[in-house]
Amino acid sequence: MTTGAAAASTHAKVASPTKRIRNRALARFVRNRGAVVGAVVVMAFVLMALFAPWLAPHDPLQTNFLQVRQPPSGIHWLGTDELGRDVLSRLLFGARASLSAGVVSVAIALVIGLPLGLLSGYYGGVVDIVVSRVTEALLSVPFLILAIALAAFLGPSLTNAMVAIGLSAMPRFLRITRGQVLVVKTEDYVESARAIGLRDGAIIVRYILPNVLSPMVVQASLTIATAIIAEASLSFLGLGQLPPAPSWGAMLNTAKDFVDQAPWMSIFPGAMIFLTVLGFNLIGDGLRDALDPKE
Amino acid sequence: MVKLLCHRLLLAVPTLVIVSMMIFGLQKMLPGDPVLAMAGEQPDPQVIQYLQHKYHFDEPVPQQYLLWVKDALHGDLGEALRTGVPVSTLIAQKLPVTLQLSVMALAFAMLIGIPGGILSASNRGRPLDYGANVLALSGMSIPNFWFGLILILLFSVHWHLLPSAGYVSPADHFWLSIKTMLMPAFVLGMGLGAQLMRHTRSAMLGVLRSDYIRTARAKGLRWPTVVIKHGFRNALGPVVTVLTLLLGELLAGAVLTEQIFTIPGFGKLIVDSVFNRDYAVVQGVVLCTAICFILLNMLADLLYILLNPRLRRGS
Repeated sequence: MTTGAAAASTHAKVASPTKRIRNRALARFVRNRGAVVGAVVVMAFVLMALFAPWLAPHDPLQTNFLQVRQPPSGIHWLGTDELGRDVLSRLLFGARASLSAGVVSVAIALVIGLPLGLLSGYYGGVVDIVVSRVTEALLSVPFLILAIALAAFLGPSLTNAMVAIGLSAMPRFLRITRGQVLVVKTEDYVESARAIGLRDGAIIVRYILPNVLSPMVVQASLTIATAIIAEASLSFLGLGQLPPAPSWGAMLNTAKDFVDQAPWMSIFPGAMIFLTVLGFNLIGDGLRDALDPKE
Repeated sequence: MVKLLCHRLLLAVPTLVIVSMMIFGLQKMLPGDPVLAMAGEQPDPQVIQYLQHKYHFDEPVPQQYLLWVKDALHGDLGEALRTGVPVSTLIAQKLPVTLQLSVMALAFAMLIGIPGGILSASNRGRPLDYGANVLALSGMSIPNFWFGLILILLFSVHWHLLPSAGYVSPADHFWLSIKTMLMPAFVLGMGLGAQLMRHTRSAMLGVLRSDYIRTARAKGLRWPTVVIKHGFRNALGPVVTVLTLLLGELLAGAVLTEQIFTIPGFGKLIVDSVFNRDYAVVQGVVLCTAICFILLNMLADLLYILLNPRLRRGS
């Protein structure tokens, strides 16, 4: 009880400078014009995905064989596809697949990679050797090829694509977490926490985890960008979102056969992927600069 | 140096063993019996027995793994399900095509990335630096399959300057081969060039803050001479390392680029085998990629040491 109270008071004492550091990081992030532009772009796409049913002028799945491959017009602002479906409506709904793929894949990678990295780095020994060797093996296969192989073995669907991307991205999170833990666990405050008799679990959660989170946040934002491209790539190859459900990658897959006849079918979905990924990359860069202690 | 190389090779062995276990395990986790899939509808029991024996499916799983590894070490990665062509032959046929694409892409990446990074770093905080940063970030954010489609639309459909797809071997027609590969190589090299530009800039910024750069300036040397002769030479180590590591990404990028431009290379082989559910080919290709990747990582380590005199003496 006494040790718990002592630890709580120590924690309260370090909370104040932590808050100050966080506020300073936030101020640095807000001052970074690129990062703010990225945040605005990403927010616009999130809102677009959330309000797609109200924003979409047409049903994204409604085919119309009298309106096949129509160029942009007053009725169909971004034209129609090979089945007469409204491209704008499909883009709005497609944002859901792309953004959810980005976020869910990164969540999968974090949920597996973060605890494994914490345990591997903190305890070391056999656990660390096994985890490190498996991580190295996973990192020895290029990210997209691993995702393609996993998606192929799991079968084509958006959920399986997210699992495949998440598992492929996981080793990076694990490695970064482990590296950070190895540095943090030798710090004086961790030694002190151990000396006052705090259990390993409490030390990991209270003292190590908060110090690992900054690089994780940066890595997560940059990996969301990679995951969005990976989902679009898998859908483009026919290993992600299955038709007729809209997804930017799947739309490009169909569009590639009509590049000369209906260029609007390929221009707009690609531009959406580009802008979303650019937004997340800008946020990632901004976060890295803001959270860098050297700044 | 030889000792270091042997050490790195020894370290790569457990990694390769785990990769091979994972690749083998993936196939074992698949639902359904692969022998039944190979035997077709209403299979003859004798055919099933023959196939089970041929592919060692009648052995325990650890035994199957050891036999698979033994065969792989002898260059036998199995046969393609539909054509019966050995996987190693398929890889040997397709790899040179992807290598040509990769070498050309690498040339583009270096042409974009290295001068861009040097210019950006030596003009830090100026419009040129901002422009280079925007270009690099855009290059990293563009999905290469979309970029490929846009280039086809412009250079093939509208301007009729370059062929939109296909492959011509340099042995058959050298210039046509280069012309056909120009667009796919640029698409593949663009993303790599963007990453290289950021790394070069970062390495150069570190070097340009050094005392010896200030001394070189104080001696009255011209800024371009200082940047190239004293700056870039010292930033070369990390740049070459990054470049070697990024080479592995070319293999992954080739998957989509070859799909867009219908190039019959290594990347297209992966995709085609995935759709034909030809797992022997998928296993072989992933194993081959992992070996290339591990070798490139080793090469990156060695180059880093070779290019750094202090590390070279230490090793």
